[in-house]
Amino acid sequence: MTFDVARIRADFPILQREINGHPLVYLDSANTSQKPRQVLEAMRLHNERHNGNVSRSVHTLGTEATTAYEEARAKVAAFINAGTPDEIVFTKNSTEALNLVAHSAGQYLALKPGDEIVISEMEHHSNIVPWQLLCERTGATLRWFGITDDGRLDESSLAELINERTRLVSLVHMSNTLGTINDLSRIVARSREVGALVTLDCSQSVPHLPVDVRGLGVDFIAFTGHKMLGPTGIGVLWGRFELLAKMPPFLGGGSMIETVTMTGTTYAAPPARFEAGTPPIAEAIGLGAAVDYLNELGMVAVHQHEQDITAYALKALADVPGVRIFGPATPEGRGGTVSFAVDGVHPHDVGQVLDALGVEVRVGHHCAKPTCVRFGVPAMTRASFYLYTTTDEIDALARGLDQVRKVFG
Amino acid sequence: MMLDSLYQEIILDHYKHPHGRGLRDPYDGEAHHVNPTCGDEITVRVPADFSDISYDGLGCSISQASASVMHELLIGKSAGEIAGIHEAFVELMQGRGQIEPDEDVLGDAIAFAGVSKFPARVKCALLPWMAFKDAAARAGVDVGASPEVKA
Repeated sequence: MTFDVARIRADFPILQREINGHPLVYLDSANTSQKPRQVLEAMRLHNERHNGNVSRSVHTLGTEATTAYEEARAKVAAFINAGTPDEIVFTKNSTEALNLVAHSAGQYLALKPGDEIVISEMEHHSNIVPWQLLCERTGATLRWFGITDDGRLDESSLAELINERTRLVSLVHMSNTLGTINDLSRIVARSREVGALVTLDCSQSVPHLPVDVRGLGVDFIAFTGHKMLGPTGIGVLWGRFELLAKMPPFLGGGSMIETVTMTGTTYAAPPARFEAGTPPIAEAIGLGAAVDYLNELGMVAVHQHEQDITAYALKALADVPGVRIFGPATPEGRGGTVSFAVDGVHPHDVGQVLDALGVEVRVGHHCAKPTCVRFGVPAMTRASFYLYTTTDEIDALARGLDQVRKVFG
Repeated sequence: MMLDSLYQEIILDHYKHPHGRGLRDPYDGEAHHVNPTCGDEITVRVPADFSDISYDGLGCSISQASASVMHELLIGKSAGEIAGIHEAFVELMQGRGQIEPDEDVLGDAIAFAGVSKFPARVKCALLPWMAFKDAAARAGVDVGASPEVKA
């Protein structure tokens, strides 16, 4: 089956919009993706026909809602090849998932001064700050991998950086800024050698390429619904069940207990242990519909389409005078997120001129300030692609950049 | 085209040829402000008599041009005059394009009227002015009540 972008685009109502008198060219999917009718419809149908609270009602609506919520969990589990749906914890977003690991796994490991946690300079702030906070609480030391000039993790000091003091390693699978897809095999192997747990921030990888958690051989991954055609307000933590089962809760409250007395509480088994309070039910169901949509196209095909678009974009951007690309310059080992500088023009101004032409890109530090600092800039302009992106849209970006140079030339 | 109201010639001129840029001595107060959403930064220095207003920063055309215009407009003025101009500029920026600026008070800064129609950019224009106010306060001079900045 060929990848029919025109047919896919017809599923996304927002892509019909005009912005400032121009057809919308949406190049900000790494920030948040657009949602197809199928997802919007699944959520609408749930709210109109099946709304009830989950895991506590004997009535029909509650049962229907619980079934749909748990089906969504099973879909997500299968999507990333998890061993069982019980390894899927629904959270608010990737940030909450990473904070959950930092809190609960941090407590399970009983971290203390002398212990080390390893991250990288390539991380989103959500995979930096929770670990800084954990180190503040426990006295553990935070260390990190640097980035090479061509935008890859610098593994030159791997054996020293990950050592017998390392308890936890948390790295980004695909960079939200540089687009780099990290080959983590050596780092995972070294972490296993020293007995450290490994967490991956898969916010940018799960939406765009086939991810197999068992194949990756890690302990936890975090990702979020709204970057993979789903709604906001729903994220996922996957964890190996035997680890989740040993970890203390993150938030306390309803749904996460086994029994409560005034003097003490025992906790439910995972994943309920980590889902205190009423969860985002319609959002989970929407995420399940997004997974169905992606499965229908096939993640191999989605990834291939984005590789083609990325190759086209890298070439188109290289042809614009004064444009400098950060990160890998060829499509190998990178995804469809391309950050760049336009010589002499601040990213805000680039983004403003592009917006006037209907081209929506992100500008700023992309919640990855250390990455920007590594490349000596306060901010970058970022174009990011998805399954609905066309080569015409890349051409519109290139034309927009010509306009940028005219305004500021 | 909407862009023309944002990128007025005056703004682009100040951006490309900034006036008074660079940090200088002597000074009595210094403030460093950052826009956490975009990472733009500015440092402003002032002596208590405002005989100089020096600054340095990293940022977009709007924030950098705003610093240049501010330098020209406020240098050598009294605290009272500065307070009036400062208030008029902040009011203009928060006016969502509805305020007709007074050129006698604001000079080149009237070019920023268009910026107030772009809520995401209002903070860029105000960044140097807020840093200036802090620097003045640290030099022991009050240039007016601090308005709430909305963007």
